[in-house]
Amino acid sequence: MKKTISFEGIEQSVYEAVKNAGVVLSSDVREALQEAAVKEEKAGSRGAVVIRKILENLDTAEKMHIPMCQDTGMVLVFVDIGADAPIILSDIDKAVNTGIETAYPDGFFRNSVVKDPVFQRENTGNNLPAVIYHKIVPGNQLTLQIMLKGFGSENCSGLVMLNPTAGTKGIIDAVTMIISAAGGKPCPPIIVGVGIGGTADRAMLLSKRALFRDVLDKHPKSSYAELEKKILLKINNLNIGPGGLGGVTTAMAVKIEVESTHIAGMPVGVSISCWADRKQKIVLGEF
Amino acid sequence: MKNSIRSITLPMSKKIAAGIRVGEEILLSGTMLVGRDQVHEQFQLLLNSGKELPVSLKDETIFYMGPAPAPNGAVIGSCGPTTSSRMDLFTPELLDAGLIGMIGKGSRSQTVQEAVRRNGAVYFYAFGGCGALYAQKVHSIECIAFQEFGPEALFRIGIKDFPVIAAMDSTGASIL
Repeated sequence: MKKTISFEGIEQSVYEAVKNAGVVLSSDVREALQEAAVKEEKAGSRGAVVIRKILENLDTAEKMHIPMCQDTGMVLVFVDIGADAPIILSDIDKAVNTGIETAYPDGFFRNSVVKDPVFQRENTGNNLPAVIYHKIVPGNQLTLQIMLKGFGSENCSGLVMLNPTAGTKGIIDAVTMIISAAGGKPCPPIIVGVGIGGTADRAMLLSKRALFRDVLDKHPKSSYAELEKKILLKINNLNIGPGGLGGVTTAMAVKIEVESTHIAGMPVGVSISCWADRKQKIVLGEF
Repeated sequence: MKNSIRSITLPMSKKIAAGIRVGEEILLSGTMLVGRDQVHEQFQLLLNSGKELPVSLKDETIFYMGPAPAPNGAVIGSCGPTTSSRMDLFTPELLDAGLIGMIGKGSRSQTVQEAVRRNGAVYFYAFGGCGALYAQKVHSIECIAFQEFGPEALFRIGIKDFPVIAAMDSTGASIL
């Protein structure tokens, strides 16, 4: 007999994940920050003090059980539903939303969502709705990837529709230009998600998916791993540095996700996460 | 290798502001205003219609911030800086009205830089994303106006040893 993935199971795990994400930085990002600290101290950069404060801030957040940053974001959720997962589909979004709605006041998170983007910018009071994407995948599990997406970094996103012949040089230049324009605004050292291919909207979506990768991992394809390295190098030569005060670590990582595209184009979407890269992954169901 | 860090009390005089140079690490104490997008828009609406602001800006410093809720027994929740450039459109007018200091994160426009120089003001960089750390430096909070905007209301906060770096000074210099 199959055990059902219950409403309560989803709700409870989303609640825990959100509440934890706002306060405790995942170990990959903390490690990358510690590496950045060493590099900045060695370089004697102005941004070195920024990393010192960030690390102090992380300790304070954990000790006081309060969010590391007051912008506890809009919640972004990628839901991958196993085609054979024992689940009531209509439960998923409801359970995700309930988990978020409960976690925000309990964690002393700021509600940062307004009802209408133009005419009725009134706070919804529960940080809902979340931005949820669904995908059907093989298997019997339910995977939820959750990010608390701050808007200092989100406001620096970009999309460039390159020519099909632009090549890696075109991509490197396009991404570098977006990061250069962002300067200190997205709270560097940042993580850069790059989505290449599909349609314009798909390239942006891929750039968000890319942000969920482990900061310390490498692209499985060597060609893209190499491209990630080249973009990172170029970005870190901009001397934006931590906080935008100057230094060798403007970005901790560049992550690329790709898909097939049209003969006439090469869409490149760029999403940025601030150093407070608050992400969590939940897997429910049989293993 | 740590240099000694200067302390400054807010509100500060033009004379004090004139002595601040970019790159300097400073610990701020005293009281300052807190306001972001909504407060700036409201200020501009009031100024444009010839009405009085709910608070005098003379010698005041404003922190671009919208706090998270305060846990039980605490004065304030997580409270780091927001991106300053969104306030650029409104800033020159407020500086001309007496504002002397601003605290936020990220670069500012040329127009703001010129208004900072013209008015002998200062723009301080606060450590972006460090809301938990800043919550420990705030010992009082009072809502002055626009309560309906929730975390985007106009507040006055009392601070002690609030760490910043001077990013734009009265000589017209900038490090952001």
